[in-house]
Amino acid sequence: MEEHGPHIHLGVALDGAGWHPAAWREPTARPGEVFDASYWIDLARTAERGVLDYVTIEDAFTLQSAHPFRPDDRTDQVRGRLDAALIAARMAPATAHLGLVPTITTTHTEPFHVGVRVASLDWVSRGRAGWRAQVQRQHDEVAQFGRRHLSDPAAAPPGPERDAVVQVLFDEAADGIEVARRLWDSWEDDAEIRDRPTGRFVDRDRLHPIDFEGRHFSVRGPSITPRSPQGQPPVVVLAHARPAFELAAGGADIVLVTPHGEDDVRSVVRQVRAAEAAVGRTGPPLLVHADLLVLLEPDADLAVAARAGLDDLDGQPLRSDAAVVTADPAGLVEVLLRWRSAGLDGFRLRPARLPADLDAIVDEVVPRLEERGVRPTAYEGQTLRGRLGLERPANRHAGAGA
Amino acid sequence: MAPKQVHLAAHFPGVNSTTIWNRPESGSQIDFSSFAHLARTAERGRFDFFFLAEGLRLREHRGQIFDLDVVGRPDSLTVLSALAAVTERIGLAATLNTTFNEPYELARQLASLDHLSGGRAAWNAVTSPDAFTGENFRRGGFLDPALRYERAQELIEAVQAVWDSWADDAVAADRAGGRFVRPGTVGRFVHRGDQFAIEGRSTVPRSPQRHPVQIQAGDSDAGRELAARHAEVIFSRHASYDAGQRFYADVKGRLARYGRRPEDLKIIPAAVAVLGDSAADAQERAHQNHLDQVSPQGAIAFLEQVWGTDLSAHDPDGPLPPFDPDPEGTERITRGRVRHEKDPAAVAQRWRQRAEEKQLSIRELVIEVSARETFVGTAQQVAEQIDRHVQEDAADGFILVPPLTPHGLDEFVATVVPELQDRGVFRTEYEHETLRENLGLPPVA
Repeated sequence: MEEHGPHIHLGVALDGAGWHPAAWREPTARPGEVFDASYWIDLARTAERGVLDYVTIEDAFTLQSAHPFRPDDRTDQVRGRLDAALIAARMAPATAHLGLVPTITTTHTEPFHVGVRVASLDWVSRGRAGWRAQVQRQHDEVAQFGRRHLSDPAAAPPGPERDAVVQVLFDEAADGIEVARRLWDSWEDDAEIRDRPTGRFVDRDRLHPIDFEGRHFSVRGPSITPRSPQGQPPVVVLAHARPAFELAAGGADIVLVTPHGEDDVRSVVRQVRAAEAAVGRTGPPLLVHADLLVLLEPDADLAVAARAGLDDLDGQPLRSDAAVVTADPAGLVEVLLRWRSAGLDGFRLRPARLPADLDAIVDEVVPRLEERGVRPTAYEGQTLRGRLGLERPANRHAGAGA
Repeated sequence: MAPKQVHLAAHFPGVNSTTIWNRPESGSQIDFSSFAHLARTAERGRFDFFFLAEGLRLREHRGQIFDLDVVGRPDSLTVLSALAAVTERIGLAATLNTTFNEPYELARQLASLDHLSGGRAAWNAVTSPDAFTGENFRRGGFLDPALRYERAQELIEAVQAVWDSWADDAVAADRAGGRFVRPGTVGRFVHRGDQFAIEGRSTVPRSPQRHPVQIQAGDSDAGRELAARHAEVIFSRHASYDAGQRFYADVKGRLARYGRRPEDLKIIPAAVAVLGDSAADAQERAHQNHLDQVSPQGAIAFLEQVWGTDLSAHDPDGPLPPFDPDPEGTERITRGRVRHEKDPAAVAQRWRQRAEEKQLSIRELVIEVSARETFVGTAQQVAEQIDRHVQEDAADGFILVPPLTPHGLDEFVATVVPELQDRGVFRTEYEHETLRENLGLPPVA
């Protein structure tokens, strides 16, 4: 346990009314408010009350669907969402310590806008921004943007052909992360000089074009935004398979993984390390956080019954890429401790029901983790990077200016 | 008849030479606390909205990043969403480029801001086809300049199609009936035109204003026509009384052909107000502002924009260059900012004449020609002038551009706003929840 440091990193994944499709029908749910700022602020403040490291906010340009690749016409599940980066910005002044990690996709967005947006979130949150970079595979997005042709992964037969289509999207995402990182370093920290004798506001020798040329886009730079408090806000990638592991290994700070047992944790961590070797990662190794979908009740039987009730309402059993923990709080704590010993740095918990399971995490799970000495009882330090044990990186250009 | 009501907006001091960065009280242009202070001050003054400009590439001068003005700013929408947390009623306006943004994403972001701010979002749609800025974007700089308004107009229509894709009552959130959204296909939008062919289903339900308020700043004939058709606020350059009246009459006169009433479009020029305990005191403060805005180096750079050539060997306290501008140089010397001078030779001729007549140095001349004050005087005098401009149809109000961050509006709000309120031409409390209503604009069907 010691080799991973004393604290388990702990984040929570916010999405709609929670990760069970019928969660919005719970008596404690607030389904009429999922498009209101107050709902999201309350969730963020709850997470902050639990001294959690970060919240992520899911996003996509397409409507939610019960089908993995196609829209549907179901009316009995949450449909609709707001821009995650703007929700995170709205949360920033309403919180003081919590890391804010919106999902921003790389497939149709402008890399320049994305880099500037994440740096700006870091400014308005005073060093608490992260970015969950996500590839979009829903083909409907192509028509929403209408400006480029992309092959539909779902239309290609599974196997090498589909893999090739998907790899193009991941390569583009890698370019998008690279552009953001270069933009974040395109201003040296001391570029603003306000030198009255020479009349100069900035030292332009400390501003650098990025001159990125890729297969899908080129970006000249420098950024319009000065280097932000964290310098390089943490980049997060959710990975299930090799292209995503390699995307994470090449450009991310945190990889979110979805193991389904202790042995699987070991296997997934090996895949992460293999991907790091394959891409020749430099710098600190990826932090590995496991995603768990959690449904908590005071005892395990109640939790199982609650899940069954939701499944009934939805008309089908809960399906998830991540392991589902249906347990009492102590049961979840045991899972977290065991899995962490198998080689994880932390967890991103996906509450099945919001706000109920977030409340349970904060009020029942976190205190037990604190008792075990594996969670801090108060926030220390100012930035998300600091909380995750990541140094503020030196600018790649530092000292290069005249 | 009741007097016309004045509308006021606050422009965050921008990346340009009017912003004074070299005084002890000049604060950060990037820390969120600066934005929060100015927005809260404007809200305390019951301003209609807070406004952010945009620049998607750092400006360059003679092939290098221009370093004499404030440089660097955050993403507008991010700042405005954060400001929604520290303000309650003031409108939040972002300048957003129609060339380097795609309609679906833009519509989604603006509608999200409208939800997150409880109906306070606005956007200033600007067009810019320049290849220089395009080097930062996927689409590059290939847009034919002749198509800029065509693209802008179509983008606005496409954005509106996305906003209209959810019925007002689409979200049922009916637990007992098991219906989150009402039957029917929520979010379906289609737009087909020469510039955009997009379709799909939007993720954002109808927002509180239905359509965030539409601001435009175009000044050409095509720009005015686009504004007459779509804009709800015009951010104009014509703040002086005479030019203001001409512009006002021209643009309001174009509205009828689109079935719109004069009050459906507010004309709000940018204005700089300098206050003092007396008229003379205000003049003295305006003069000090000029000295801080136009440094010796800044004066030379200003002149180089017209002359199109390196003038660094000239003494800012000496006479203007005796030779004529290089017309080709003018085209390429400055990049990333709007140029208003179309005929550099004539401008240079005029300036040289003026400098000779008044015995002005380069710096003194630049101060004279770049001075942007609209209102200089005591709070009472400034309030009177603003009121007169509005009552006599030179404007519907003003976007105030303070030269100082973040305290540049403190005095105006403390002294001029009460004068306007005493005159019965400015609100003492916000009367409505949404920006659209506070501006007196018609609801969106």
